[in-house]
Amino acid sequence: MEAQFEALSELVKSGQKLSFGQDFFVKFYQAFLYSDRWQQYIKGVGTTLLVTAIALVLGVVLGAIVAMIRVGHAQQKPHHHNLVLGVFNAIAKVYVTVIRGTPMMVQLLIMSMVVFASSRNFTMVGALALGINSGAYVSEIIRGGLMAVDPGQMEAGRSLGLNYMTTMFEIIIPQAIRSILPALGNEFIMLLKDSSLITVIGGKELLYAAQGIMNRTYEPMFPLLGVAAVYLVLVMLFSALLAKFERRLAQSDRR
Amino acid sequence: MKKLTALMLSSAMMLSLAACGGSASTDTASSEAASSEAASSEETATGEAAELTTVNAGKLTMSTNAAFPPYEMTTDSGDFEGIDIDVAAAVAEKLGLELQIDDMDFDAALLAAQNGKSDMVMAGVTVTDERLKVMDFSDTYAEGIQSIIVPEDSDIATVDDLSGKAIGTQRGTTGYIYCTDDFGEDNVIAYDDGLTAVQALNNGQVDAVVIDNAPAKAFAEANPGLKILDTAYAQEDYAIGVAKGNTELLNAINGALEELQQDGTLQAIVDKYITAE
Repeated sequence: MEAQFEALSELVKSGQKLSFGQDFFVKFYQAFLYSDRWQQYIKGVGTTLLVTAIALVLGVVLGAIVAMIRVGHAQQKPHHHNLVLGVFNAIAKVYVTVIRGTPMMVQLLIMSMVVFASSRNFTMVGALALGINSGAYVSEIIRGGLMAVDPGQMEAGRSLGLNYMTTMFEIIIPQAIRSILPALGNEFIMLLKDSSLITVIGGKELLYAAQGIMNRTYEPMFPLLGVAAVYLVLVMLFSALLAKFERRLAQSDRR
Repeated sequence: MKKLTALMLSSAMMLSLAACGGSASTDTASSEAASSEAASSEETATGEAAELTTVNAGKLTMSTNAAFPPYEMTTDSGDFEGIDIDVAAAVAEKLGLELQIDDMDFDAALLAAQNGKSDMVMAGVTVTDERLKVMDFSDTYAEGIQSIIVPEDSDIATVDDLSGKAIGTQRGTTGYIYCTDDFGEDNVIAYDDGLTAVQALNNGQVDAVVIDNAPAKAFAEANPGLKILDTAYAQEDYAIGVAKGNTELLNAINGALEELQQDGTLQAIVDKYITAE
């Protein structure tokens, strides 16, 4: 196969026109097989998944903390304002406003060029930026889910003698998770795809690998379509997993 | 109904007969060839009489990456200037066309010319074997050197010292390709433009930046604390890239370039931006 590729690319160089099949073969071969280029894609997928996983964990942890603070602040008894909670709530509000109010790309560039200007671990800086970004959106999703649980549930828990925290963790949150899950899945998918943005700061993920190959072959179609297909497959796998999880949670559902 | 069937059958027979005769009808074939010849000679005649067919009628569209001083850069008012811009303007004037500049990433600029989104790419493009496969190049109008920019206190003194170091490059440039060939993909970081790569060098995120000599000089001047190594990484020739097979435009550009070379305009433009040492 390699010999055939060499022969055909010699023909191209000498200015000869190839048939559609030959042209397809040459472009496909140089995009994926020539000098084991597929390994670059595999490495890229690995980085993409790693970045997504780190950003995901960070986003959910940050988002849950911010949501708890904001819901806790909103659910205080009238005229009993906890000052510490008030300060945290203000910080959380600023965080959500700033992160949701600026483009992902700008945040990435600020993180790599200003905040972590001396870090060489571009992938981790990218994951951190993505995670912080995701946290703002996740916090609003979780907050929405917590607010959607009937206030009677909290009243019932408290009147049975459970304290606020126990009622929250044992009664409210388990119910909220079910309604949060579809929106959260959506956010995860966005995160996976947004991880391609870290190419601008030098993160070597899937798109970076494809661009590297494009720059050598000057043939954009196959690397780009290949990358698109990989993302699509990843998202489909992700959605399938999520659907399975949702079904599992719905087993005790009476709706 | 019967009549209709008969009509269809007979017409089918007629068609099949005509198909049988196809291979034998040399007369028609030759007459076709003659007519197409006539048509093509007409086309060239009109082509010479009128202007070149360009992407946008009456305009010479040039794709570039205006972050590559002194070959192309943006002015404070948002216009473009530089050697490539001036040469392109002179070429456009010779061809009787209006110059239009599209600014984009370097790799996108190459693809734009390749895919017919622009008439030509001028962005300090080096002629390489790989690029010749997908586009045609004019005669060279300038020479370039791949230089290495390092911080002043760097321990990198020669090309060999680069191995194992983090090297910043501009995505799609020959510098990027040479470095990944020589030092491996892991040690090279590609940025969208040269400015970002130099910024990363300033931050200490990379140990060296490999980029064309002329912009390297501009970057080193603008950033105290950076210096250019005396040893060049590679020598190369800059040319104008056009879509593969667009010989009409290529010949026109080459003709214009030769005229500009002879009347000294080309040298004047280069001297305007690069002061001899």
